Amino acid sequence: MVNPTEYLPKSYHTRVSTYWWLARWAYLKFILRELSSVFVAWFVIVTMLEIRALTRGPAEFAEFQQWLRSPLLLILNVVSLFFVVFHAVTWFNLAPKAIVVRLRGKRLPNLAISAPNYVAWAVISAAVAWIILRG
Amino acid sequence: MTKRSNEPFLWLLFSAGGVVSGMLLPIHLVLFGLAFPLGWLDPPAHEKLLALVRHPVTRIYLLILCSLPLFHWAHRFRYTLYDGLQIKHLNELINIFCYGGAVVGTVLAAYLLWTIP
Amino acid sequence: MANRITLEVTRYNPAHDERPGLETYEVPLRKEWVVLDALNYIKDHLDGSLSFRWSCRMGVCGSCGMTVNGVPKLTCATFLSDYAPGPVRVEPLKNFPVLRDLVVDTSDFLVKLAKSKPWIIRKVEKPLEEEYFQTPDQLDTYKQFSMCINCMLCYAACPVYGLDPLFSGPAAIALAQRYNLDSRDEGADQRLDILSQHDGIWGCTFVGECTQVCPKNVDPAGAIQQYKLAATKEWLKSLVLPRGAE
Repeated sequence: MVNPTEYLPKSYHTRVSTYWWLARWAYLKFILRELSSVFVAWFVIVTMLEIRALTRGPAEFAEFQQWLRSPLLLILNVVSLFFVVFHAVTWFNLAPKAIVVRLRGKRLPNLAISAPNYVAWAVISAAVAWIILRG
Repeated sequence: MTKRSNEPFLWLLFSAGGVVSGMLLPIHLVLFGLAFPLGWLDPPAHEKLLALVRHPVTRIYLLILCSLPLFHWAHRFRYTLYDGLQIKHLNELINIFCYGGAVVGTVLAAYLLWTIP
Repeated sequence: MANRITLEVTRYNPAHDERPGLETYEVPLRKEWVVLDALNYIKDHLDGSLSFRWSCRMGVCGSCGMTVNGVPKLTCATFLSDYAPGPVRVEPLKNFPVLRDLVVDTSDFLVKLAKSKPWIIRKVEKPLEEEYFQTPDQLDTYKQFSMCINCMLCYAACPVYGLDPLFSGPAAIALAQRYNLDSRDEGADQRLDILSQHDGIWGCTFVGECTQVCPKNVDPAGAIQQYKLAATKEWLKSLVLPRGAE
């Protein structure tokens, strides 16, 4: 409504609170999901630092491992793990909403899209771990 | 014809980054962030790890592992700043910080991986 | 079960109120009553000046959307006894300007809905004597999104709509997708031209609350994600093929 008229003197516009995301649990869960991206970026930075330490020789690499053992880093990485897994789970669970596959005229159920994601997640994680651990 | 937004490109990067973050980051975090530092698993010896990283395929893998999640963060964080802190009027600054940050991170990672001795 | 319940209802008269405020009314608590019945009781017996929209009272017209205890609901489909012992707070639908009491200004939604061109677009119309055939499977592709009753509960639930004036909103995008998926329609390009403008659909961050509050299970969040994917495919195609080449 742009111009007030004789019959509609004015309307009231409620300003959205800065804390709108605290009003419902669903909104808070959403913001936490979005903030998981910060922990994703954090671990990319750790990875890049680790690669750098690796290429600078065994002494620097060992020193880097020491840094990773410090309580602050350990806590940060445990929290990061929680958020990165939270991201992965919410991502795989929401994938069926965007990806619609129809077979013989009927839409495949959500599990048909999310389950392969989880399986791939397990297989890929195992493969990566094997490549790294076998030496 | 009206010019269509290039937002799909950013969304594609965000989605690709989301998949990479979801599939690969957890295992890397568990191994390099917790298992190896805490001694739950024996980390590979320094020379073995370096040899693995030197391989061109590993370098490309690591570039993807570092770059795409950063673009995922950039896109998601940008919208979190818009909606969470309601600072959308600063959108130019936010875009530079977020996507610029991801680009800088990608360039740094590429440089790191290119110059491995 | 007690036989009375308290309602706290928003009252706002733009002629002499600075801002909306809550007023308390006590109404009978009947087992089969919905919040709309309580509002009509207030209007009939307690305060005839209370203003609110309603029509079919059976969940198909989309007129009676309001905020009940903080959640967007159709007041004709919300049982009073579910809130016993109360009080029940009834406020106007969120994210829309309040005209008076529980009545909101819906014009922004109507403008955005029109942008979606929610009708069958044909390059060439068939003559009136010819039908458009559609199989049950083709109907199934878009049927869920066609159930929208334009009640705007999804707009009230969507934080992005509340914060971003350019965002088209869940129902408008779901209805655009309903027509895009309709086998009789040839207008997907035209809709994309309008909706792919920055913030048309791209403001959506998949909060998902729109789908949670929808009384008709339209799943607008799903529609929007599908639309993002479709728009991205079109964008990729436009990189390879020049626009306009069919």
